[in-house]
Amino acid sequence: MLTQILNLIILLFVPFLMMGIIKKTKAFWAGKKGASVFQPIFDFVRLIKKDFVISNTTSVVFKITPIISIATAIAAALFVPLAFGKAVINIPAGIIVFAYTLGLGKFFALISAMDTGSSFEGMGASREASFTTIVEPAFFTVIASIMALTGNYTFDSLTQILDNAGNYGVLIIIFAVVALFLMILIEGSRVPVDDPATHLELTMIHEVMILDNSGSDLALIMWANSIKMFLISSLIANILLPQTLETYTFAGLYLLIMFAISVIIGTIESGMARIRMSHVFEFVFIMSSLALVVLSLVVARMFGG
Amino acid sequence: MNWIKTKNNSKLNLKDIPCLKIHELREEIIHENKRPVAFFGKDWGNGEVKLFIVLADDKNGELLVSSALFKKGETFYESITKDIPSFHIFEREFYEDFKIEPLHHPWLKPVRKNQKEYPFFEMEGEEVHQVAVGPIHAGVIEPGHFRFMCNGETVYHLEIMLGYQHKGVEELMVKNPSNQLAESIVGDSVIAYNTAYSQAMETLRGIKISDKAKLIRMLALEMERAAIHIGDMGAVAGDIAYAMGAAVFGVTRTLVINTMLEFCGSRFGRGLVNVGGVNFDIDEEKIQRAQQTFKKVEKDVDRMTKTMLKNASVMSRLEKTGTVSTEKALEIGLVGMAAKASGVDLDSRFDFPDELMNTLQIVRKPFKGVGDVNSRFKLRYKEIKESLSIIRKILEELKSLKDEPVLDNGYYLNQKDAFVISIVEGWRGEVVHIAMTDNTGALSRYKIKDPSFNNWYGLALAVRNNGISDFPLCNKSFNLSYSGNDL
Repeated sequence: MLTQILNLIILLFVPFLMMGIIKKTKAFWAGKKGASVFQPIFDFVRLIKKDFVISNTTSVVFKITPIISIATAIAAALFVPLAFGKAVINIPAGIIVFAYTLGLGKFFALISAMDTGSSFEGMGASREASFTTIVEPAFFTVIASIMALTGNYTFDSLTQILDNAGNYGVLIIIFAVVALFLMILIEGSRVPVDDPATHLELTMIHEVMILDNSGSDLALIMWANSIKMFLISSLIANILLPQTLETYTFAGLYLLIMFAISVIIGTIESGMARIRMSHVFEFVFIMSSLALVVLSLVVARMFGG
Repeated sequence: MNWIKTKNNSKLNLKDIPCLKIHELREEIIHENKRPVAFFGKDWGNGEVKLFIVLADDKNGELLVSSALFKKGETFYESITKDIPSFHIFEREFYEDFKIEPLHHPWLKPVRKNQKEYPFFEMEGEEVHQVAVGPIHAGVIEPGHFRFMCNGETVYHLEIMLGYQHKGVEELMVKNPSNQLAESIVGDSVIAYNTAYSQAMETLRGIKISDKAKLIRMLALEMERAAIHIGDMGAVAGDIAYAMGAAVFGVTRTLVINTMLEFCGSRFGRGLVNVGGVNFDIDEEKIQRAQQTFKKVEKDVDRMTKTMLKNASVMSRLEKTGTVSTEKALEIGLVGMAAKASGVDLDSRFDFPDELMNTLQIVRKPFKGVGDVNSRFKLRYKEIKESLSIIRKILEELKSLKDEPVLDNGYYLNQKDAFVISIVEGWRGEVVHIAMTDNTGALSRYKIKDPSFNNWYGLALAVRNNGISDFPLCNKSFNLSYSGNDL
């Protein structure tokens, strides 16, 4: 029970803190002091208190989307193992519920963007949709391969790779982690795929889809987005940590990994330019290639010599 | 004689300017086939309009001036654009101001007035979609409307509609000419505009300014060039989400404009230049501090530029994006930085040189550009280096001119019936001011041409067949002025 309450607290605060740490890292590399790491929490509180403006060309879809976004993000969080290596709802094939709960949120984000009738938001929706279609099979390949390897179809399998993979264990972990890390960059709309800091509506992917959202609606969408990034990072942490660790050591290392992921994202954003939009597909396909490597390693382990 | 030849900053008598019939003038222009610098009308009374034209002979450092008179009721002539395309924007402006129509002009659209009736070029097809951007933009920039014709992510055609900033500067200049007004026309070219205006007034009044004043003006102009170029390199880095470049160039630019603040109390050089010289002398202590600062500026710019040009992710964004070929640049008549980046070497500092350029031994160094964003980025770096070297020379020179006065504030009268051309190479390109006086010596027409006036069309060509998400990057690499175009 205590661990579940702690999980809930982590779910509430760590997504914001990750955003804050990314910004702090970027400020550090730019030689600036930067805002406090708690700034995203303050921003959330500030926005949630505000009223919102809704364009009169929109329909009900636009109004319910922020709620659906945050609801699906939190619902998806229940199926993912967080700081204690156990999901709140730990069922076989939780991955499918997880992926398509998030998928539902994304579907509404897309149609809500189109609902505004703005030419920018349509462009953003089309970009986001096309990248997601490539990310989805790659994500399933990585996680399903690991599940097949361990024979355990719950998310618990993530922590059991070393026990089942023998010599292949380290390799599978490395490739799976890198693939999921790329997924964070793509789904979390980070550099080099997207630029969360830009104001240029023609170059945005995710940001342009929420141009019309304001006030508390915007706060919910931003929160949902940070939770999504946090959930994928959680998967990485669980792959890296073996299940044999003692409960609180596991949680401590988990938080350390979340911190490290944020710092790495911030560093990448500081030292790298965005990829040209027409070349983003090539970047997304790197994730697919890595997923296939994971699959072949698992196949080699299970059916090979 | 069909043309009268003159130099930059020299006076002409209005009655010495040849006045031809428009069809003769048209043939003369096509025969000369030179770059237009100004092409504008003046109300000649009794419903008559006089068209003045200034062509630049860049090789010989000469300006050719001629004119044509349109009698009352003459409301059209054969367009020059259909033979020499670089006249397109000038003829559009002339048509808009005086309703004298250039027949067979291929693109006779509003320049800065009547946007409500702007006829956009439209493409039709199932997969073509339009994206309209502006006039209100996301950043803190001036208003302007951009209409993209796209197929998916690819831009087929971009049309730029400006005029939201039209405030009647030329008329204001005639009514109430002042340095304050001149330096407010284009906010990022304060020194260039104010120097062009002051030079025009000095020529008109026969004022000879001291060498020291001239040096300080030149110093300020190069500082302006360096500051804006550094800022723009940072902006390019920001647009491609290269946060480190944006931060470092931003800091470095501040060093330059803060030095300007020390010199004259304004970071953008407002209030520095005045008719008759400059308002502020620079003492030895300030010179020494500036020398230290510029050493640091040069080091930082060198280091950051090299880091960026070595970064593969940066280069893949800059190279082959937004290309304007040399032929296109010549055809549409690009000027200044945009022209240089496309391999057309136009620089009025060297084309119409002041004798000080020789004294300081400043030599022209060619730049091999191919017209893409990368070329414009590297050209900026090259110009910053050159400006810093000129600044070094001037600061050294200023030390030896300790006691010379910097401002001649005697009372002089404008010459009557005069025509003066003053060209200054601002960071964007040639800033052209033309002043005319009537028979009492009062200003009767003041014509301003910003380099952006020529170059906006270059931006429209640059984005063709590029991704629409690369438009902000192309735009930033040109960094054209809305206010200078709209006047």
